[in-house]
Amino acid sequence: MSILVYIEQTEGKVKKTSLEAVSFANALAAKTGEGEVVALALGTFSEAELAGIGTAGAAKVLHVTDPRLSEGVIQAHSSAVAQAFKKVGAKTLILAKSSLGDAVAARLSIKLGAGLVSNVVELPNTSSGYLVKRSIFTGKAFAEASISTENKILAVKKNAIDLKTDGAPATIETFDVSLDASDFASKIISTERATGEVLLPEADIVVSGGRGMKGPENWGMIEELAKTLGAATGCSKPVSDIGWRPHHEHVGQTGVKVAPSLYIAIGISGAIQHLAGVNSSKNIVVINKDPEAPFFKAADYGIVGDAFEIVPKLTEALKAEL
Amino acid sequence: MKILVCITHVPDTTSKIQFTANNTKFDTTGVQFIIGPYDDYALARAVELRDQTGGTLTALNVGEFETEPTLRKALAIGADDAIRINSAPKDSFFVAKQIAHYAKAGGYDLILMGRESIDFNGGMVHGMVGELLGMPSFSPVMKLEIEGSKVKMAREIEGGKEILEASLPLIAGCQEPIAEWKIPNMRGIMSARTKPLNVVEPVSQETQAEASSYQLPPAKGEVKLIDKDNVKELVRLLKNEAKVL
Repeated sequence: MSILVYIEQTEGKVKKTSLEAVSFANALAAKTGEGEVVALALGTFSEAELAGIGTAGAAKVLHVTDPRLSEGVIQAHSSAVAQAFKKVGAKTLILAKSSLGDAVAARLSIKLGAGLVSNVVELPNTSSGYLVKRSIFTGKAFAEASISTENKILAVKKNAIDLKTDGAPATIETFDVSLDASDFASKIISTERATGEVLLPEADIVVSGGRGMKGPENWGMIEELAKTLGAATGCSKPVSDIGWRPHHEHVGQTGVKVAPSLYIAIGISGAIQHLAGVNSSKNIVVINKDPEAPFFKAADYGIVGDAFEIVPKLTEALKAEL
Repeated sequence: MKILVCITHVPDTTSKIQFTANNTKFDTTGVQFIIGPYDDYALARAVELRDQTGGTLTALNVGEFETEPTLRKALAIGADDAIRINSAPKDSFFVAKQIAHYAKAGGYDLILMGRESIDFNGGMVHGMVGELLGMPSFSPVMKLEIEGSKVKMAREIEGGKEILEASLPLIAGCQEPIAEWKIPNMRGIMSARTKPLNVVEPVSQETQAEASSYQLPPAKGEVKLIDKDNVKELVRLLKNEAKVL
């Protein structure tokens, strides 16, 4: 018996969130005695990249080399994962909650007759039944869901577990799947992705700006601070609505939900819809000139004052320290 | 073209989240319910596509009697008729089964819904319905254009988007900026009263991952305020106390 983990890639690199899913599976296997962790990698990868999945806790990597799978073709990925799940005789599939992961997991739930829980925040409680704690109401609450099926799928939220980094290199096996034309009936024409930057949904540190930044021309200081910290940049909904920043930077209830170790909010008042997107952050710093800004109630650290003075000073202080 | 749009009936985004009955039920006291914000985008795009291509638009909700005002609002915004599947939405699988059963009989070309409900945030129903019906499913879709039987879409991915081409029939979980939310006008509100709203009983009671209890996160401690002339202190705290640098 083994636990299968679905690995996602970005241009041949294993996504960090997928490595977290491997670590989650590793801890789960240790808890339930479900045997070894087998990772399934689809598309083109280097040997070293695949072996590296072992450090996060996988004993074995099944590699489907079909280059058409390097792209996230939802139907084809679902078919491939279902075949691997049956082949290795797994009862549990673990994956990272993501744009592609969600789309693939839902189809797999039906294909495999597997109860599915998304936004999982910790290892399941298996002392009686199979209880899974998940985040609901956009991080404002938790639910405990009870999976009643033998096969199970858990889509794990970022930061649900510490990334394991001391595993041995994984053994790699080539794995063949049979896919037909219907699996590739929908075509990905092109992909546009912010390059050379840290991706917002996966970032460990996020620096966000709001209307208090007064205009897109002032974003240089946000970007400079983010660069110093190796952080992704985000923004509030009004900022992306006015078009100061692109839509994919919008953090909040109807935008990107982030769960970084550190979230720095600059010139954002902290409307409840924005807080819904950041409330899973481990630490929140708020910089705002209005001491009554509601964001301070949700913050761990705060500075009341003018962002245009404070942010450059903070960047300087960090540069001296890092 | 026949379009089905599935909508959720969810607490307003500003609602205070509380639980009752020994933390086994969501406390609806003082809560205002709305069409799920993502479903509202799906509905707005569905109305545009119905007007563009001709045909019909049906709005569906899996819910008990109290969701009917939400369905009436969908009718006021532009759906031609509505269907309520008479049961609380027990879990994603349960809801997907109901929708798939109804949609199969109806022979829809396009099924739209929000990327996720804003109460449970599962984001799974569209994919499950797709697999149950043997149709391709896409989510989160931020643009959807129809040219004949071809569909051009933009799907959000981490840090960007994919441009996709597929054929009808298909299912999409929608999000902004697929369309602008539509506010019902007086004529819409009046006509919604007489548009058909049919109630059917659920086809199955089967669930796979039902929630059994709820809890709130631990209360946040008091914010530590740092003087604006002493940003070095913030750096020190982030490094030594929060240990995030």
